[in-house]
Amino acid sequence: MTKRKPYEQPLPMDWWLKNAFYTKYMIREGSSILITLYSLTLAWGVFRLSQGEAAFDAWMAALQNPFSIILHLIALALALYHTITWFSLAPKAMALWIKGKRLQDKVIIAGHYCVFVAVTIFCLIIITL
Amino acid sequence: MNASTITIDILRYRPEMDEKPFTQSYQVPYTADLSILESLQYIKDHLDSTVSFRWSCRMAICGSCGMMVNGVPKLGCKAFLRDYYPKKVTLAPLANFPIERDLVVVMDDFIDKLESVKPYLIPEKEKDLSEGAYQQTPLQMEKFKQFSMCINCGLCYAACPQYALDKKFTGPAALALLARYNRDSRDNGEAERMKIVNQEEGVWGCTFVGYCSVVCPKDVDPAAAIQLLKVESSKDYLIGMFKPD
Repeated sequence: MTKRKPYEQPLPMDWWLKNAFYTKYMIREGSSILITLYSLTLAWGVFRLSQGEAAFDAWMAALQNPFSIILHLIALALALYHTITWFSLAPKAMALWIKGKRLQDKVIIAGHYCVFVAVTIFCLIIITL
Repeated sequence: MNASTITIDILRYRPEMDEKPFTQSYQVPYTADLSILESLQYIKDHLDSTVSFRWSCRMAICGSCGMMVNGVPKLGCKAFLRDYYPKKVTLAPLANFPIERDLVVVMDDFIDKLESVKPYLIPEKEKDLSEGAYQQTPLQMEKFKQFSMCINCGLCYAACPQYALDKKFTGPAALALLARYNRDSRDNGEAERMKIVNQEEGVWGCTFVGYCSVVCPKDVDPAAAIQLLKVESSKDYLIGMFKPD
């Protein structure tokens, strides 16, 4: 008779707190919650806009609320965190070969930041014009 | 504590007498060039012959001595006491695998997964031996060489929370191996392997934690292999929408 009795290792609920790498990953993934809230707030604003000027002004006034400002600051911080960590991972999803050599990671990352800056400036121009 | 010794905690499990694992401490004479594996051999030779662990080559080629060193998946032969001294070292069997005994884990599921991805050349047309070898340029080899360096140690599975949560996930090493054959110019089996890639248990079970590539002792970068396969899988899906076959 076999003496084998393999022990299944349980996965603790706090597995993602036991290693800084996992914690950073969970923050990156968790940032989607705040970014969803931000998107919903923005969508709500568009909806209020369709209801006329008074409704839109009320929405704008609600945004001045300290709670709303804090929420937006947290969302901004998490969005930046997500962007930076995501850009640093980008080379893994891109294998660009030029003249028999794989494009260096830092070139791909720098390319992402260039596009990011260009799009941001483009959006700011549209909004302010 | 003596200045020249280091404490090594080992998670023990003896299936014939233990219900669950427990920690046992050992004092090992410290020298700066001692690897974790050598310290285990010291324990087995001088302190406790009942401690079980796997090893063979002692030089990061065989992939046998994978274990958790202070919670991080590492090869025992490639981790050194000097990087932990004077703090103690905690050794445990590789995470996410069932424990067979002490530091030995059951790797059957991992081996099954490696076999499941058709890890062999599937040429377009079988050639007769007299026609010679399938040839390849250095550039064509460069496209997959990194993914062929895997030593099947299983560290990436111990590092993968997605595998921990769902054992059906094909996992990092097997998908990197699949990418290695799909990217090989001599191979024509991509269509067969894409069926494995496209599944939920294929590349889409990966949420890009990326720790597999950090712990890989051979710089295989399975996370990159999987993300590149996701690109291929998406292309496959889009093409399939317009050209079903």
